[in-house]
Amino acid sequence: MAAPPRHATMLSISNGDKPAQAQPQTQQTTLPQSPGLRVPSNRKTIYDRHLNRSRNAESSRASFAFLFGEMVTYAQRRVTGIQDLEKRLNEQGYPLGLRLLDLLFYRSTSTSSSALSSSSTSSSPPNRPLRIITLLHLIHGPLWRLLFGRAADALEHSVSPDTPNEYMITDNDPLVNTYISVPREMSMLNCAAFVAGIIEGVCDGCGFETKVSAHNQPTDLWPSRTVFLVRFGDAVMEREKVLERSGVK
Amino acid sequence: MSSNKTSRIGEEIWKTRVDKVNAELVTLTYGTIVAQLCQDYDSNYQDVNKQLEKMGYNIGMRLIEDFLAKSGVGRCANFRDTADMIAKVGLNSDTLKGARIVDISQVGFKIFLNVTPTVTNWTSDNAQFSLIFEENPLADFVELPDDGRAQDELWFSNILCGVLRGALEMVQMQIEAHFVSDVLRGDDTTEMRVSLVRYIEDEMPPEEE
Repeated sequence: MAAPPRHATMLSISNGDKPAQAQPQTQQTTLPQSPGLRVPSNRKTIYDRHLNRSRNAESSRASFAFLFGEMVTYAQRRVTGIQDLEKRLNEQGYPLGLRLLDLLFYRSTSTSSSALSSSSTSSSPPNRPLRIITLLHLIHGPLWRLLFGRAADALEHSVSPDTPNEYMITDNDPLVNTYISVPREMSMLNCAAFVAGIIEGVCDGCGFETKVSAHNQPTDLWPSRTVFLVRFGDAVMEREKVLERSGVK
Repeated sequence: MSSNKTSRIGEEIWKTRVDKVNAELVTLTYGTIVAQLCQDYDSNYQDVNKQLEKMGYNIGMRLIEDFLAKSGVGRCANFRDTADMIAKVGLNSDTLKGARIVDISQVGFKIFLNVTPTVTNWTSDNAQFSLIFEENPLADFVELPDDGRAQDELWFSNILCGVLRGALEMVQMQIEAHFVSDVLRGDDTTEMRVSLVRYIEDEMPPEEE
């Protein structure tokens, strides 16, 4: 969960040759120094902190709202249109998904193993979802609870026979949109594209190639209701059939 | 003395009047912002620092409203404190203005991020002090890039300098803030140095960004 891998992932997502460019420079500048990062003498590094330390920690809603607002404003200055902006927000969410996935598994196993703490041998390997439904339940429940303190509001499968690979996760009142006011001329914009990126990262991290997008589907009761459309790739659907035949759950 | 009281005020407001979210969501969102800037500015960390400060400034200007509304550390309350302190300690008014910056810094960070930095290292003219961050939620999960430069050039949490500058400017104090150490750089503490530049007399509000 450290910055450099995150940074590296983001670079590799968008542009694979950048790290290579940067390398010759860094080699020159690091020559006189000892390799590696400096660490504080009082052991205040991420390696000395328990990963569950911030599990129940809270911050103010304002801090999130302001940071996210700045993120959107900044992104907006560097894009040409709504789609471009959503793509950018999506890309910023993606690496978080990859990391949150590991965090979720780490926590789900550490709690179950602490329940049976006496027998260390019985600790099972993390339960990575193999089937689509298990994966979507993981997103709808645990992931949503980790991020927003509650489960998502609905999980549906496309009814159309043409698009069996489409699933929908609904959030009636997404936190990310609460403090964003979208100008009239950009009414198509949904800044929950950031969350769509997180979902995409989680799915990809699990080995489910996916495209996820966020769409406004307001109702009278829920004006900022958002549907996340999850579209799995062909390879995933093929594998799903094989797994179904062999009875894998 | 009063720092104890301010931290109690902060704790009280935090418990009763602040809407909350999971701190990890904030940490990760901030992380992705910094990572994006590093990418956009081609790892020119000086520019990243500047941009973070600017973002913080925008936040601080708006955050102060929230802070004043919730804290009640408004002008009246502070005048009373001021009077009290003059009566009891006989401090000059400059010291007291300094004390107000401290109130805002401490309670403000508590309300914003649920951390209370320690105030220390005052200069004798009371125009400069340091905020030491024992905890820094923005930097949880973070390790700077091992490229031989980031640890010397990037101030990962630089947005906080901007937040403080923006917030205090809205209450007529022009300050300058910068980090002088950061555990992410291998230092033993995370310390922000804050200097009072001047008190802003009533004038036209500063231009927004």
